[in-house]
Amino acid sequence: MSVATQDTALRTGRVARTLIYLFLLLMALFYLLPFGIMVINSLKPLSEITGGNMMSLPQEWTLDAWRAAWSTAQIGVEPTGMRPYFWNSIKMVVPAVAISTVLGALNGYVLTKWRFRGDTILFGLMLFSCFIPFQIVLIPMARVLGLMGLAGTTSGLILVHVVYGIGFSTLYFRNYYAVFPTELVRAAMMDGAGFFRIFWRILMPSSGPITVVCIIWQFTNIWNDFLFGASFADFDSQPITVALNNLVNSSTGVKEYNVHFAGAIYAALPTLLVYIVAGRYFVRGLMSGSVKG
Amino acid sequence: MASAPAQADFKTRLQNLIPKLVLAPSLAVIFLFVYGFIIFTGYLSFTDSRILPSFNLVGFENYSKLFRLSHWTTSITNLAIFASLYIGISTLIGLSLATFLDQKIRGEGLLRPIYLYPMALSFIVTGTAWKWLLDPGIGLEHTMHLWGWTSFHFDWIKNSDYAIYTVVIAAVWQSSGFVMAMFLAGLRGIDNEILKAAQMDGAGNWQMYRRIILPQLRPAFLSAFVILSHLAVKSYDLVIALTGGGPGRATELPATFMYSYTFTRNQMGIGASSAVIMLMTIAAIMVPYLYAELREKK
Repeated sequence: MSVATQDTALRTGRVARTLIYLFLLLMALFYLLPFGIMVINSLKPLSEITGGNMMSLPQEWTLDAWRAAWSTAQIGVEPTGMRPYFWNSIKMVVPAVAISTVLGALNGYVLTKWRFRGDTILFGLMLFSCFIPFQIVLIPMARVLGLMGLAGTTSGLILVHVVYGIGFSTLYFRNYYAVFPTELVRAAMMDGAGFFRIFWRILMPSSGPITVVCIIWQFTNIWNDFLFGASFADFDSQPITVALNNLVNSSTGVKEYNVHFAGAIYAALPTLLVYIVAGRYFVRGLMSGSVKG
Repeated sequence: MASAPAQADFKTRLQNLIPKLVLAPSLAVIFLFVYGFIIFTGYLSFTDSRILPSFNLVGFENYSKLFRLSHWTTSITNLAIFASLYIGISTLIGLSLATFLDQKIRGEGLLRPIYLYPMALSFIVTGTAWKWLLDPGIGLEHTMHLWGWTSFHFDWIKNSDYAIYTVVIAAVWQSSGFVMAMFLAGLRGIDNEILKAAQMDGAGNWQMYRRIILPQLRPAFLSAFVILSHLAVKSYDLVIALTGGGPGRATELPATFMYSYTFTRNQMGIGASSAVIMLMTIAAIMVPYLYAELREKK
Protein backbone atom coordinates (compact mmCIF):
# COMPACT_ATOMS: atom_id res chain seq x y z
CA MET A 1 0.00 0.00 0.00
CA SER A 2 2.69 2.49 0.91
CA VAL A 3 4.73 1.95 -2.22
CA ALA A 4 4.54 5.23 -4.13
CA THR A 5 3.89 4.66 -7.79
CA GLN A 6 4.04 7.06 -10.69
CA ASP A 7 0.66 6.28 -12.19
CA THR A 8 -2.91 7.00 -11.21
CA ALA A 9 -3.92 3.35 -11.46
CA LEU A 10 -7.35 2.70 -10.05
CA ARG A 11 -8.57 -0.59 -8.60
CA THR A 12 -9.85 -2.44 -11.59
CA GLY A 13 -11.31 -5.89 -12.05
CA ARG A 14 -10.39 -8.45 -14.65
CA VAL A 15 -13.16 -7.53 -17.05
CA ALA A 16 -12.34 -3.85 -16.82
CA ARG A 17 -8.68 -4.54 -17.50
CA THR A 18 -9.49 -6.67 -20.52
CA LEU A 19 -11.68 -3.90 -21.89
CA ILE A 20 -8.94 -1.35 -21.30
CA TYR A 21 -6.42 -3.47 -23.20
CA LEU A 22 -8.92 -4.00 -25.98
CA PHE A 23 -9.55 -0.27 -26.30
CA LEU A 24 -5.84 0.53 -26.30
CA LEU A 25 -5.12 -2.09 -28.96
CA LEU A 26 -7.99 -0.97 -31.17
CA MET A 27 -6.75 2.59 -30.96
CA ALA A 28 -3.25 1.44 -31.85
CA LEU A 29 -4.76 -0.19 -34.91
CA PHE A 30 -6.57 3.05 -35.78
CA TYR A 31 -3.29 4.97 -35.73
CA LEU A 32 -1.26 2.32 -37.52
CA LEU A 33 -3.65 1.34 -40.30
CA PRO A 34 -3.78 4.40 -42.58
CA PHE A 35 -0.03 4.70 -42.89
CA GLY A 36 0.57 0.96 -42.71
CA ILE A 37 -1.87 0.17 -45.52
CA MET A 38 -0.25 2.91 -47.56
CA VAL A 39 3.18 1.31 -47.12
CA ILE A 40 1.89 -2.15 -48.07
CA ASN A 41 0.06 -0.88 -51.14
CA SER A 42 3.07 1.07 -52.32
CA LEU A 43 4.73 -2.32 -52.78
CA LYS A 44 2.02 -3.65 -55.11
CA PRO A 45 1.69 -3.25 -58.84
CA LEU A 46 -1.14 -0.86 -59.74
CA SER A 47 -3.42 -3.62 -61.04
CA GLU A 48 -3.46 -5.24 -57.61
CA ILE A 49 -4.63 -1.99 -56.02
CA THR A 50 -7.40 -1.10 -58.45
CA GLY A 51 -8.52 -4.68 -58.89
CA GLY A 52 -7.85 -6.06 -55.43
CA ASN A 53 -8.32 -5.55 -51.74
CA MET A 54 -6.30 -2.85 -50.00
CA MET A 55 -6.10 -4.97 -46.87
CA SER A 56 -4.35 -7.90 -48.52
CA LEU A 57 -0.63 -8.29 -48.82
CA PRO A 58 0.95 -7.92 -52.27
CA GLN A 59 0.90 -11.08 -54.37
CA GLU A 60 3.78 -9.66 -56.27
CA TRP A 61 6.16 -7.54 -54.22
CA THR A 62 7.71 -4.78 -56.28
CA LEU A 63 9.69 -1.60 -55.74
CA ASP A 64 8.64 -0.20 -59.13
CA ALA A 65 6.36 2.41 -57.57
CA TRP A 66 9.16 3.55 -55.28
CA ARG A 67 11.52 3.91 -58.22
CA ALA A 68 8.92 5.75 -60.29
CA ALA A 69 7.99 8.11 -57.46
CA TRP A 70 11.63 8.94 -56.88
CA SER A 71 12.82 9.60 -60.39
CA THR A 72 10.24 9.39 -63.18
CA ALA A 73 6.76 10.30 -61.93
CA GLN A 74 5.04 13.27 -63.52
CA ILE A 75 4.94 16.19 -61.08
CA GLY A 76 3.35 19.30 -62.46
CA VAL A 77 4.52 19.28 -66.07
CA GLU A 78 7.89 17.60 -65.66
CA PRO A 79 8.45 13.84 -65.28
CA THR A 80 11.12 14.36 -62.64
CA GLY A 81 9.89 12.30 -59.73
CA MET A 82 10.25 13.49 -56.16
CA ARG A 83 14.04 13.54 -56.21
CA PRO A 84 14.69 17.22 -57.05
CA TYR A 85 12.05 18.33 -54.55
CA PHE A 86 13.53 16.15 -51.84
CA TRP A 87 16.82 17.99 -52.31
CA ASN A 88 15.00 21.33 -52.42
CA SER A 89 13.57 20.51 -49.02
CA ILE A 90 16.98 19.51 -47.65
CA LYS A 91 18.58 22.68 -48.99
CA MET A 92 15.85 24.71 -47.34
CA VAL A 93 15.60 22.85 -44.03
CA VAL A 94 19.26 22.58 -43.03
CA PRO A 95 20.15 26.30 -43.09
CA ALA A 96 16.75 27.37 -41.76
CA VAL A 97 17.02 25.02 -38.78
CA ALA A 98 20.64 25.98 -38.08
CA ILE A 99 20.04 29.73 -38.20
CA SER A 100 16.84 29.73 -36.19
CA THR A 101 18.38 27.48 -33.53
CA VAL A 102 21.49 29.66 -33.10
CA LEU A 103 19.36 32.81 -32.90
CA GLY A 104 16.99 31.14 -30.46
CA ALA A 105 19.88 30.12 -28.20
CA LEU A 106 21.34 33.63 -28.15
CA ASN A 107 17.92 35.23 -27.60
CA GLY A 108 17.09 32.82 -24.79
CA TYR A 109 20.46 33.61 -23.18
CA VAL A 110 19.87 37.37 -23.34
CA LEU A 111 16.29 37.13 -22.14
CA THR A 112 17.21 35.14 -19.03
CA LYS A 113 20.74 36.13 -18.03
CA TRP A 114 20.95 39.72 -19.26
CA ARG A 115 17.49 40.87 -18.38
CA PHE A 116 16.38 44.44 -18.96
CA ARG A 117 13.18 46.40 -18.56
CA GLY A 118 10.46 45.23 -20.88
CA ASP A 119 12.14 41.97 -21.84
CA THR A 120 9.07 39.89 -20.98
CA ILE A 121 6.87 41.99 -23.25
CA LEU A 122 9.36 41.63 -26.08
CA PHE A 123 9.44 37.88 -25.53
CA GLY A 124 5.64 37.79 -25.52
CA LEU A 125 5.61 39.59 -28.85
CA MET A 126 8.11 37.08 -30.25
CA LEU A 127 6.09 34.18 -28.91
CA PHE A 128 2.80 35.42 -30.33
CA SER A 129 4.44 35.43 -33.75
CA CYS A 130 4.51 31.61 -33.76
CA PHE A 131 0.77 31.38 -33.40
CA ILE A 132 -0.44 33.91 -35.96
CA PRO A 133 -2.34 32.51 -38.92
CA PHE A 134 0.23 32.90 -41.66
CA GLN A 135 -2.45 34.10 -44.06
CA ILE A 136 -1.99 37.49 -42.43
CA VAL A 137 1.57 37.79 -43.77
CA LEU A 138 1.22 36.13 -47.17
CA ILE A 139 0.48 39.24 -49.22
CA PRO A 140 3.21 41.54 -47.86
CA MET A 141 5.68 38.64 -47.75
CA ALA A 142 5.17 37.93 -51.43
CA ARG A 143 5.83 41.61 -52.17
CA VAL A 144 8.90 41.85 -49.94
CA LEU A 145 10.45 38.65 -51.31
CA GLY A 146 9.91 40.06 -54.79
CA LEU A 147 11.54 43.38 -53.86
CA MET A 148 14.50 41.55 -52.33
CA GLY A 149 14.89 39.44 -55.45
CA LEU A 150 14.19 36.29 -53.42
CA ALA A 151 10.84 35.36 -54.94
CA GLY A 152 10.76 31.68 -55.88
CA THR A 153 14.15 30.90 -54.38
CA THR A 154 15.33 28.59 -51.64
CA SER A 155 16.99 31.56 -49.91
CA GLY A 156 13.60 33.25 -49.76
CA LEU A 157 12.04 30.20 -48.11
CA ILE A 158 14.94 29.99 -45.66
CA LEU A 159 14.32 33.60 -44.68
CA VAL A 160 10.61 32.97 -44.20
CA HIS A 161 11.17 29.89 -42.06
CA VAL A 162 13.84 31.56 -39.94
CA VAL A 163 11.58 34.56 -39.29
CA TYR A 164 8.59 32.50 -38.22
CA GLY A 165 10.74 29.93 -36.41
CA ILE A 166 12.58 32.31 -34.08
CA GLY A 167 9.63 32.53 -31.69
CA PHE A 168 9.66 28.83 -30.89
CA SER A 169 13.43 28.41 -30.77
CA THR A 170 13.64 31.40 -28.42
CA LEU A 171 10.90 29.89 -26.27
CA TYR A 172 12.80 26.61 -25.89
CA PHE A 173 16.09 28.17 -24.89
CA ARG A 174 14.52 30.82 -22.71
CA ASN A 175 12.62 28.25 -20.65
CA TYR A 176 15.70 26.06 -20.45
CA TYR A 177 18.10 28.81 -19.41
CA ALA A 178 15.57 30.25 -16.96
CA VAL A 179 16.36 27.40 -14.55
CA PHE A 180 20.10 27.49 -15.22
CA PRO A 181 21.87 28.80 -12.07
CA THR A 182 22.41 32.52 -12.54
CA GLU A 183 25.10 32.47 -9.81
CA LEU A 184 27.44 30.69 -12.20
CA VAL A 185 26.95 33.47 -14.74
CA ARG A 186 27.47 36.13 -12.04
CA ALA A 187 30.66 34.47 -10.84
CA ALA A 188 32.03 34.34 -14.37
CA MET A 189 31.19 38.01 -14.81
CA MET A 190 33.13 38.83 -11.63
CA ASP A 191 36.07 37.02 -13.11
CA GLY A 192 35.86 39.32 -16.07
CA ALA A 193 34.34 36.93 -18.61
CA GLY A 194 32.40 38.71 -21.34
CA PHE A 195 29.03 38.07 -22.93
CA PHE A 196 30.09 35.55 -25.55
CA ARG A 197 32.68 33.86 -23.35
CA ILE A 198 30.03 33.12 -20.71
CA PHE A 199 27.67 31.81 -23.32
CA TRP A 200 30.28 29.64 -24.96
CA ARG A 201 32.01 28.29 -21.86
CA ILE A 202 29.20 28.09 -19.32
CA LEU A 203 25.82 27.76 -20.99
CA MET A 204 26.68 25.97 -24.22
CA PRO A 205 28.23 22.88 -22.61
CA SER A 206 24.96 22.06 -20.87
CA SER A 207 22.63 23.02 -23.72
CA GLY A 208 22.80 19.67 -25.50
CA PRO A 209 19.31 18.34 -24.75
CA ILE A 210 17.44 21.55 -25.50
CA THR A 211 19.40 22.00 -28.72
CA VAL A 212 18.28 18.55 -29.83
CA VAL A 213 14.68 19.38 -28.90
CA CYS A 214 14.83 22.65 -30.79
CA ILE A 215 16.45 21.15 -33.89
CA ILE A 216 13.88 18.34 -34.04
CA TRP A 217 10.96 20.71 -33.62
CA GLN A 218 12.20 23.15 -36.25
CA PHE A 219 13.13 20.34 -38.61
CA THR A 220 9.70 18.72 -38.35
CA ASN A 221 7.84 22.00 -38.74
CA ILE A 222 9.85 23.31 -41.65
CA TRP A 223 10.02 20.00 -43.48
CA ASN A 224 6.26 19.59 -43.16
CA ASP A 225 5.40 23.14 -44.17
CA PHE A 226 3.13 23.43 -47.17
CA LEU A 227 1.66 26.94 -47.15
CA PHE A 228 4.92 28.88 -47.58
CA GLY A 229 6.25 26.40 -50.10
CA ALA A 230 3.07 26.60 -52.14
CA SER A 231 3.00 30.40 -51.96
CA PHE A 232 6.60 31.46 -52.46
CA ALA A 233 8.46 28.70 -54.34
CA ASP A 234 8.91 27.71 -57.95
CA PHE A 235 10.31 24.58 -59.56
CA ASP A 236 13.87 25.17 -58.35
CA SER A 237 12.82 25.62 -54.76
CA GLN A 238 9.51 23.81 -54.25
CA PRO A 239 9.66 21.62 -51.16
CA ILE A 240 8.61 17.98 -51.16
CA THR A 241 5.20 18.62 -49.57
CA VAL A 242 4.20 20.77 -52.53
CA ALA A 243 5.54 18.17 -54.94
CA LEU A 244 3.55 15.44 -53.21
CA ASN A 245 0.37 17.46 -53.47
CA ASN A 246 1.04 18.06 -57.16
CA LEU A 247 1.82 14.40 -57.72
CA VAL A 248 -1.42 13.25 -56.13
CA ASN A 249 -3.63 15.90 -57.72
CA SER A 250 -2.15 16.55 -61.13
CA SER A 251 -1.99 13.13 -62.68
CA THR A 252 -4.14 13.07 -65.74
CA GLY A 253 -5.49 9.75 -66.89
CA VAL A 254 -4.83 6.74 -64.72
CA LYS A 255 -4.31 7.45 -61.04
CA GLU A 256 -1.16 5.60 -60.08
CA TYR A 257 -2.02 5.06 -56.45
CA ASN A 258 1.04 3.00 -55.69
CA VAL A 259 3.27 5.82 -56.96
CA HIS A 260 1.35 8.36 -54.88
CA PHE A 261 1.85 6.24 -51.79
CA ALA A 262 5.55 5.82 -52.40
CA GLY A 263 5.79 9.58 -52.89
CA ALA A 264 3.96 10.19 -49.62
CA ILE A 265 6.39 7.87 -47.86
CA TYR A 266 9.39 9.76 -49.25
CA ALA A 267 7.85 12.96 -47.91
CA ALA A 268 7.23 11.37 -44.51
CA LEU A 269 10.45 9.42 -44.13
CA PRO A 270 12.84 12.08 -42.77
CA THR A 271 10.52 13.28 -40.01
CA LEU A 272 9.48 9.72 -39.18
CA LEU A 273 13.12 8.68 -38.88
CA VAL A 274 13.82 11.58 -36.57
CA TYR A 275 10.78 10.57 -34.54
CA ILE A 276 11.89 6.96 -34.29
CA VAL A 277 15.49 7.80 -33.44
CA ALA A 278 14.80 10.66 -31.04
CA GLY A 279 11.16 10.28 -30.06
CA ARG A 280 11.84 11.23 -26.47
CA TYR A 281 13.13 14.64 -27.51
CA PHE A 282 10.30 15.03 -29.99
CA VAL A 283 7.75 14.61 -27.22
CA ARG A 284 9.64 17.00 -24.99
CA GLY A 285 9.58 19.58 -27.73
CA LEU A 286 5.85 19.18 -28.22
CA MET A 287 5.28 19.54 -24.53
CA SER A 288 7.41 22.60 -23.94
CA GLY A 289 5.84 24.17 -26.98
CA SER A 290 2.51 24.04 -25.22
CA VAL A 291 2.87 23.62 -21.48
CA LYS A 292 5.26 26.35 -20.55
CA GLY A 293 7.19 26.70 -17.33
CA MET B 1 46.32 57.78 -15.93
CA ALA B 2 42.87 59.26 -16.23
CA SER B 3 42.12 57.22 -19.31
CA ALA B 4 42.13 53.87 -17.50
CA PRO B 5 38.81 54.39 -15.65
CA ALA B 6 37.34 55.92 -18.78
CA GLN B 7 38.38 52.89 -20.74
CA ALA B 8 36.90 50.58 -18.11
CA ASP B 9 33.75 52.63 -18.24
CA PHE B 10 33.61 52.26 -22.00
CA LYS B 11 34.10 48.52 -21.65
CA THR B 12 31.22 48.13 -19.19
CA ARG B 13 29.00 50.18 -21.40
CA LEU B 14 29.90 48.01 -24.33
CA GLN B 15 29.25 44.93 -22.20
CA ASN B 16 25.84 46.29 -21.38
CA LEU B 17 25.13 46.99 -24.99
CA ILE B 18 26.14 43.61 -26.41
CA PRO B 19 23.08 41.67 -25.16
CA LYS B 20 20.77 44.19 -26.77
CA LEU B 21 22.78 44.15 -29.97
CA VAL B 22 22.50 40.35 -30.06
CA LEU B 23 18.75 40.46 -29.56
CA ALA B 24 18.24 43.32 -32.00
CA PRO B 25 18.30 41.43 -35.33
CA SER B 26 15.66 38.95 -34.19
CA LEU B 27 13.47 41.70 -32.83
CA ALA B 28 13.90 43.79 -35.96
CA VAL B 29 12.92 40.86 -38.13
CA ILE B 30 9.89 40.04 -35.95
CA PHE B 31 8.71 43.64 -35.87
CA LEU B 32 9.05 44.00 -39.62
CA PHE B 33 7.89 40.58 -40.85
CA VAL B 34 5.23 39.92 -38.24
CA TYR B 35 3.85 43.14 -36.83
CA GLY B 36 4.71 45.33 -39.80
CA PHE B 37 3.07 42.81 -42.09
CA ILE B 38 0.00 42.57 -39.87
CA ILE B 39 -0.40 46.33 -40.10
CA PHE B 40 0.12 46.20 -43.86
CA THR B 41 -2.47 43.46 -44.36
CA GLY B 42 -4.79 45.27 -41.97
CA TYR B 43 -4.41 48.41 -44.08
CA LEU B 44 -5.03 46.49 -47.31
CA SER B 45 -8.26 45.16 -45.84
CA PHE B 46 -9.58 48.73 -45.93
CA THR B 47 -8.56 49.35 -49.55
CA ASP B 48 -9.94 48.41 -52.93
CA SER B 49 -6.94 46.15 -53.73
CA ARG B 50 -7.67 43.60 -56.42
CA ILE B 51 -4.87 41.79 -58.21
CA LEU B 52 -2.25 44.21 -56.82
CA PRO B 53 -2.18 46.15 -53.57
CA SER B 54 -3.87 49.52 -53.86
CA PHE B 55 -3.79 52.25 -51.24
CA ASN B 56 -7.20 53.64 -52.02
CA LEU B 57 -9.20 53.48 -48.80
CA VAL B 58 -12.78 52.27 -48.97
CA GLY B 59 -13.63 51.94 -45.27
CA PHE B 60 -15.31 48.76 -44.11
CA GLU B 61 -16.57 47.84 -47.56
CA ASN B 62 -14.49 44.65 -47.78
CA TYR B 63 -15.77 43.46 -44.43
CA SER B 64 -19.40 44.08 -45.29
CA LYS B 65 -18.88 42.37 -48.66
CA LEU B 66 -17.10 39.52 -46.94
CA PHE B 67 -19.96 38.72 -44.64
CA ARG B 68 -22.43 38.85 -47.47
CA LEU B 69 -20.48 36.24 -49.46
CA SER B 70 -22.01 32.80 -49.08
CA HIS B 71 -18.55 31.40 -49.76
CA TRP B 72 -17.30 33.07 -46.56
CA THR B 73 -20.28 32.16 -44.41
CA THR B 74 -19.86 28.56 -45.57
CA SER B 75 -16.20 28.75 -44.57
CA ILE B 76 -16.86 30.02 -41.08
CA THR B 77 -19.74 27.61 -40.54
CA ASN B 78 -17.42 24.81 -41.60
CA LEU B 79 -14.74 26.10 -39.27
CA ALA B 80 -17.23 26.13 -36.39
CA ILE B 81 -18.24 22.52 -37.10
CA PHE B 82 -14.69 21.40 -37.73
CA ALA B 83 -13.13 23.18 -34.75
CA SER B 84 -15.69 22.06 -32.19
CA LEU B 85 -15.61 18.41 -33.29
CA TYR B 86 -11.85 18.38 -33.75
CA ILE B 87 -11.19 19.89 -30.34
CA GLY B 88 -13.89 17.84 -28.61
CA ILE B 89 -13.03 14.45 -30.10
CA SER B 90 -9.27 14.91 -29.85
CA THR B 91 -9.63 15.87 -26.20
CA LEU B 92 -11.90 12.92 -25.50
CA ILE B 93 -9.64 10.41 -27.24
CA GLY B 94 -6.49 11.95 -25.80
CA LEU B 95 -7.90 11.88 -22.29
CA SER B 96 -9.15 8.30 -22.56
CA LEU B 97 -5.88 7.05 -23.98
CA ALA B 98 -3.89 8.81 -21.29
CA THR B 99 -6.16 7.59 -18.49
CA PHE B 100 -6.08 4.00 -19.66
CA LEU B 101 -2.35 4.04 -20.41
CA ASP B 102 -1.80 5.18 -16.86
CA GLN B 103 -3.25 1.94 -15.42
CA LYS B 104 0.07 0.09 -15.24
CA ILE B 105 -0.32 -1.14 -18.79
CA ARG B 106 2.09 -3.69 -20.15
CA GLY B 107 3.61 -2.50 -23.39
CA GLU B 108 2.99 1.17 -22.66
CA GLY B 109 6.38 1.99 -24.07
CA LEU B 110 5.34 0.46 -27.35
CA LEU B 111 1.82 1.89 -27.51
CA ARG B 112 2.70 5.49 -26.71
CA PRO B 113 4.88 6.10 -29.77
CA ILE B 114 2.25 4.42 -31.97
CA TYR B 115 -0.39 6.89 -30.81
CA LEU B 116 1.90 9.82 -31.32
CA TYR B 117 3.69 9.17 -34.62
CA PRO B 118 1.10 10.85 -36.88
CA MET B 119 2.16 14.13 -35.28
CA ALA B 120 5.50 13.78 -37.06
CA LEU B 121 3.83 13.57 -40.47
CA SER B 122 2.97 16.42 -42.77
CA PHE B 123 -0.74 17.15 -43.19
CA ILE B 124 -0.21 16.55 -46.89
CA VAL B 125 0.88 12.98 -46.17
CA THR B 126 -2.05 12.50 -43.79
CA GLY B 127 -4.39 13.89 -46.42
CA THR B 128 -3.00 11.58 -49.11
CA ALA B 129 -3.46 8.50 -46.92
CA TRP B 130 -7.00 9.34 -45.81
CA LYS B 131 -8.18 10.59 -49.17
CA TRP B 132 -7.63 7.15 -50.57
CA LEU B 133 -8.85 5.26 -47.53
CA LEU B 134 -12.12 7.20 -47.56
CA ASP B 135 -12.60 6.93 -51.33
CA PRO B 136 -15.64 4.67 -51.69
CA GLY B 137 -14.47 3.27 -55.02
CA ILE B 138 -11.21 1.86 -53.75
CA GLY B 139 -10.86 2.37 -50.00
CA LEU B 140 -12.80 1.25 -46.97
CA GLU B 141 -16.20 0.86 -48.66
CA HIS B 142 -14.70 -1.17 -51.49
CA THR B 143 -12.88 -3.41 -49.02
CA MET B 144 -16.03 -4.06 -46.99
CA HIS B 145 -17.86 -4.98 -50.19
CA LEU B 146 -15.08 -7.42 -51.10
CA TRP B 147 -15.36 -8.93 -47.66
CA GLY B 148 -19.03 -9.57 -48.30
CA TRP B 149 -20.63 -6.67 -46.40
CA THR B 150 -22.25 -5.33 -49.56
CA SER B 151 -24.65 -2.96 -47.82
CA PHE B 152 -21.77 -1.07 -46.21
CA HIS B 153 -21.95 2.53 -47.29
CA PHE B 154 -19.35 5.17 -46.50
CA ASP B 155 -19.03 7.90 -49.10
CA TRP B 156 -18.78 10.96 -46.84
CA ILE B 157 -15.81 12.34 -48.72
CA LYS B 158 -17.90 12.58 -51.89
CA ASN B 159 -21.00 13.84 -50.12
CA SER B 160 -21.16 17.59 -49.61
CA ASP B 161 -23.24 17.25 -46.45
CA TYR B 162 -20.71 15.00 -44.75
CA ALA B 163 -17.34 15.82 -46.32
CA ILE B 164 -16.38 18.20 -43.51
CA TYR B 165 -16.54 15.28 -41.08
CA THR B 166 -13.88 13.42 -43.05
CA VAL B 167 -11.59 16.39 -42.44
CA VAL B 168 -12.37 15.98 -38.74
CA ILE B 169 -11.49 12.26 -38.87
CA ALA B 170 -8.12 12.84 -40.51
CA ALA B 171 -7.28 15.79 -38.26
CA VAL B 172 -8.20 13.85 -35.11
CA TRP B 173 -6.04 10.98 -36.33
CA GLN B 174 -3.14 13.36 -36.68
CA SER B 175 -3.29 15.19 -33.36
CA SER B 176 -5.14 13.15 -30.75
CA GLY B 177 -1.92 11.34 -29.81
CA PHE B 178 -0.40 14.68 -28.99
CA VAL B 179 -3.31 15.48 -26.67
CA MET B 180 -2.75 12.07 -25.08
CA ALA B 181 0.87 13.02 -24.37
CA MET B 182 -0.20 16.26 -22.72
CA PHE B 183 -2.74 14.53 -20.48
CA LEU B 184 -0.34 11.74 -19.64
CA ALA B 185 2.21 14.29 -18.47
CA GLY B 186 -0.53 15.88 -16.38
CA LEU B 187 -1.56 12.53 -14.86
CA ARG B 188 2.01 11.64 -14.00
CA GLY B 189 2.29 14.91 -12.14
CA ILE B 190 -0.55 14.11 -9.75
CA ASP B 191 0.50 13.38 -6.21
CA ASN B 192 -0.31 9.75 -5.49
CA GLU B 193 -0.67 10.27 -1.77
CA ILE B 194 -3.91 12.18 -2.39
CA LEU B 195 -5.29 9.24 -4.36
CA LYS B 196 -4.22 6.79 -1.68
CA ALA B 197 -5.90 8.89 0.98
CA ALA B 198 -9.11 9.12 -1.04
CA GLN B 199 -9.05 5.37 -1.57
CA MET B 200 -8.69 4.85 2.18
CA ASP B 201 -11.72 7.06 2.69
CA GLY B 202 -13.65 4.67 0.49
CA ALA B 203 -14.00 6.82 -2.60
CA GLY B 204 -15.10 4.85 -5.65
CA ASN B 205 -13.21 4.88 -8.93
CA TRP B 206 -15.58 7.19 -10.72
CA GLN B 207 -15.79 9.55 -7.79
CA MET B 208 -12.02 9.69 -7.50
CA TYR B 209 -11.69 10.36 -11.16
CA ARG B 210 -14.22 13.13 -11.23
CA ARG B 211 -13.41 14.80 -7.93
CA ILE B 212 -9.64 14.46 -7.77
CA ILE B 213 -8.03 13.52 -11.05
CA LEU B 214 -9.97 15.62 -13.54
CA PRO B 215 -9.68 18.89 -11.57
CA GLN B 216 -5.91 18.40 -11.37
CA LEU B 217 -5.75 18.14 -15.15
CA ARG B 218 -7.06 21.66 -15.64
CA PRO B 219 -3.78 23.07 -16.99
CA ALA B 220 -3.55 20.20 -19.49
CA PHE B 221 -7.14 20.84 -20.64
CA LEU B 222 -6.35 24.50 -21.12
CA SER B 223 -3.15 23.85 -23.09
CA ALA B 224 -4.86 21.25 -25.25
CA PHE B 225 -7.70 23.63 -25.99
CA VAL B 226 -5.39 26.50 -26.90
CA ILE B 227 -3.13 24.40 -29.11
CA LEU B 228 -5.98 22.60 -30.88
CA SER B 229 -8.02 25.73 -31.47
CA HIS B 230 -5.16 27.62 -33.04
CA LEU B 231 -4.37 24.60 -35.21
CA ALA B 232 -8.04 24.46 -36.24
CA VAL B 233 -8.18 28.10 -37.32
CA LYS B 234 -4.93 27.69 -39.26
CA SER B 235 -5.99 24.43 -40.96
CA TYR B 236 -5.13 24.66 -44.60
CA ASP B 237 -2.82 21.88 -45.78
CA LEU B 238 -5.09 19.05 -44.69
CA VAL B 239 -8.12 20.39 -46.54
CA ILE B 240 -6.05 21.00 -49.66
CA ALA B 241 -4.68 17.47 -49.63
CA LEU B 242 -7.84 15.68 -48.54
CA THR B 243 -10.68 17.37 -50.38
CA GLY B 244 -9.32 20.50 -52.05
CA GLY B 245 -12.19 22.38 -50.39
CA GLY B 246 -14.76 20.25 -52.16
CA PRO B 247 -16.99 18.65 -53.15
CA GLY B 248 -18.20 22.04 -54.31
CA ARG B 249 -17.40 24.29 -51.37
CA ALA B 250 -18.35 21.74 -48.75
CA THR B 251 -15.01 21.79 -46.94
CA GLU B 252 -13.84 25.36 -47.51
CA LEU B 253 -12.31 26.89 -44.40
CA PRO B 254 -11.25 30.51 -43.80
CA ALA B 255 -7.64 29.62 -44.64
CA THR B 256 -8.56 28.18 -48.05
CA PHE B 257 -11.00 31.05 -48.63
CA MET B 258 -8.29 33.62 -47.99
CA TYR B 259 -5.89 31.91 -50.35
CA SER B 260 -8.30 31.57 -53.23
CA TYR B 261 -9.73 35.09 -52.94
CA THR B 262 -6.30 36.66 -52.71
CA PHE B 263 -4.32 34.67 -55.22
CA THR B 264 -6.71 33.09 -57.69
CA ARG B 265 -9.76 35.36 -57.71
CA ASN B 266 -7.71 38.55 -57.41
CA GLN B 267 -9.85 40.05 -54.66
CA MET B 268 -6.95 41.02 -52.44
CA GLY B 269 -8.94 43.47 -50.31
CA ILE B 270 -11.45 40.79 -49.37
CA GLY B 271 -8.69 38.23 -48.90
CA ALA B 272 -6.90 40.61 -46.53
CA SER B 273 -10.06 41.24 -44.52
CA SER B 274 -10.60 37.50 -44.11
CA ALA B 275 -7.00 37.14 -42.88
CA VAL B 276 -7.61 39.90 -40.35
CA ILE B 277 -10.66 38.04 -39.02
CA MET B 278 -8.58 34.86 -38.71
CA LEU B 279 -5.89 36.72 -36.82
CA MET B 280 -8.40 38.26 -34.45
CA THR B 281 -9.93 34.87 -33.73
CA ILE B 282 -6.55 33.43 -32.81
CA ALA B 283 -5.52 36.53 -30.87
CA ALA B 284 -8.69 36.28 -28.78
CA ILE B 285 -7.51 32.85 -27.63
CA MET B 286 -3.73 33.24 -27.57
CA VAL B 287 -3.25 36.70 -26.07
CA PRO B 288 -4.95 36.00 -22.72
CA TYR B 289 -3.27 32.60 -22.57
CA LEU B 290 0.23 33.92 -23.25
CA TYR B 291 -0.38 36.83 -20.90
CA ALA B 292 -1.31 34.49 -18.07
CA GLU B 293 1.57 32.11 -18.82
CA LEU B 294 4.20 34.82 -18.88
CA ARG B 295 2.87 36.61 -15.82
CA GLU B 296 2.91 33.54 -13.62
CA LYS B 297 6.64 33.21 -14.05
CA LYS B 298 7.47 36.38 -12.16
